[in-house]
Amino acid sequence: MGLETKPLSTLHEKSSFDLADFEVPTGREEEWRFTPLPRLRGLHNGKAPASGHVVVEVDAAPEVTVETVGRDDPRIGTAYVPRDRVSAQAYSAFEKATVLTVPAQAVASRTTTLTLRGRGQGAAYGHIVVRLEPMAEAVLVLDHRGSAVYADNVEFVVGDGATLKVVSLQDWDDDAVHVSHHHAQLGRDATFRSFVVTLGGDLVRLSPSVSYTAPGGDADLTGLYFVDAGQHLEHRLLVDHSVPNCRSNVEYKGALQGEDAHAVWIGDVIIRVEAEGTDTYEYNRNLILTDGARADSVPNLEILTGEVAGAGHASASGRLDDEHIFYLQARGIPYDEARRLVIRGFFAQVIEKIEIEEIRQRVLAAVEAELEK
Amino acid sequence: MSTLEIRDLHVSVADKAILTGVNLTVRSGQTHAIMGPNGSGKSTLAYAIAGHPKYTVTGGEVLLDGEDLLSMSVDERARAGLFLAMQYPVEVPGVSVSNFLRSAVTAVRGEAPKLREFTKELKTGMDNLSIDAAFAQRNLNEGFSGGEKKRHEILQLELLKPKIAVLDETDSGLDVDALRVVSEGINRFRGSGDTGVLLITHYTRILRYVKPDFVHVFAGGRIVEEGGPELADRLEAEGYERYAKALA
Ligand SMILES: Nc1ncnc2c1ncn2[C@@H]1O[C@H](COP(=O)(O)OP(=O)(O)O)[C@@H](O)[C@H]1O
Ligand SMILES: [Mg+2]
Repeated sequence: MGLETKPLSTLHEKSSFDLADFEVPTGREEEWRFTPLPRLRGLHNGKAPASGHVVVEVDAAPEVTVETVGRDDPRIGTAYVPRDRVSAQAYSAFEKATVLTVPAQAVASRTTTLTLRGRGQGAAYGHIVVRLEPMAEAVLVLDHRGSAVYADNVEFVVGDGATLKVVSLQDWDDDAVHVSHHHAQLGRDATFRSFVVTLGGDLVRLSPSVSYTAPGGDADLTGLYFVDAGQHLEHRLLVDHSVPNCRSNVEYKGALQGEDAHAVWIGDVIIRVEAEGTDTYEYNRNLILTDGARADSVPNLEILTGEVAGAGHASASGRLDDEHIFYLQARGIPYDEARRLVIRGFFAQVIEKIEIEEIRQRVLAAVEAELEK
Repeated sequence: MSTLEIRDLHVSVADKAILTGVNLTVRSGQTHAIMGPNGSGKSTLAYAIAGHPKYTVTGGEVLLDGEDLLSMSVDERARAGLFLAMQYPVEVPGVSVSNFLRSAVTAVRGEAPKLREFTKELKTGMDNLSIDAAFAQRNLNEGFSGGEKKRHEILQLELLKPKIAVLDETDSGLDVDALRVVSEGINRFRGSGDTGVLLITHYTRILRYVKPDFVHVFAGGRIVEEGGPELADRLEAEGYERYAKALA
């Protein structure tokens, strides 16, 4: 399969399964300029042989079929075509893929959890396909732990009228490197809820994207990240509205603390000529807690049709508000506790969106732990 | 028995001198009204005593029961027994009223109140001030009306039971009913023990509900005249023009 280009939008230039279609990035490219390439440990330039292991454990609801398949399985690559060099690298190098299927009309009776556990040295490549057949419903957790140099692609195929809710936790050890694409393809009246939590790793570059095959699709992408000294946590969102009357909402919030803590958030939304009646909003806020931390936040909204229902974006990065801290301290609350209350408050709205109690508690505890640092 | 002593206090904001030598002593059992035109420095006095980081003390001292308040952090001052009801309470997103109040009460009392007792205490306090129960779940001051914000300040006053309370224009923006409810709260607080009140106001109307023992006229960053309650009546009749002229 060759190069596929959609020249009408500058935000999504090319897709290809062929690694040779992507030059090795130099860092000057728009899509790579924020990423410290040397820290990718060779994932971007072919110098990271697949000598490592990321073990995938699946704890599935009884309604969900789990298969481990080879590269030639026809269900692989139906929804997503790699969009950058590392994604194409992962696509050309993975050996086994995990395919989860929720049959038509089935409602998964409990959460399905995929734990991806890195086992130290060497790079690893992966591929996951999650298929919800028409009218199916499921809740999925992707739980990334351990130490790894890992690149993967995850395809969510959400059939007509189906509902998929996914929590992806990047809770890696401090030395992990993870470059990942999560693509959701939404059928008619399909609902997709993504909740991304990125806390661990030396470098995480996660690119969630959404496309629609028929009207009525509804995507809600929420994210939370906490960046510590030396960490580079990058989220690059792309919502491609190419059919009429679909909805998307993106809301990412992050806090940064420590020397060389670096957050990058790119929010690309394309509303193509055909996509009349689109309703979209994207939002990113960064709370910079110390000197030496940096947040880059770039929303891009490209509207190619005159008929939208709503389109907006907002992005802001700032410090803790002195007035908030003063008000709490003036009531006797010590500075450290006042700070914790305000930061918790900052994240409260997004954390409330996590519907799985156990995961919400885990995220709350992780945020608390970050605040203790 | 507590005493707040303000001695020759000088304060600047953004390198501009605002307070130019304030002297005032408030003892428990007393209510002092500070009255003055807008921009005369009343809020500056309140914030400087409470320790707001924007206000720089360039001279003088403030003592609470002989202790140097100015060397304490904002929260230490509050725990030492000082309370400031703010003219413009700030909105703090994502922090619920109940969580905030429990944290504040725990900090000031030095131990967490028993949940059951605190719930009861909070309910009584809210009922007294005609605050709806649903209020406790809302985010701090977020979307509160002017009156709700002021009632919430007085709720905190009653829960935290400070030695000395500084109330900065608690009456402004209140309709007659809310003014009465808030004044009753202040009076309950005054009647609850050995507490002193420094009531900052632009208008005399709250003084009909909360009777002051002393009235101080503030102009140009300091006290320019002092007297008893009768001074408030004169201000009501004459306004502040006299003092503006005197300063010019
Ligand atoms: N944060 C600030 N930055 C700059 N100027 C200020 C600030 N706060 C107060 N001022 C100035 O200090 C003076 C006194 O203000 P304020 O204390 O608020 O008066 P009052 O409360 O009596 O109306 C005014 O001239 C005001 O403009
Ligand atoms: Mg004022």
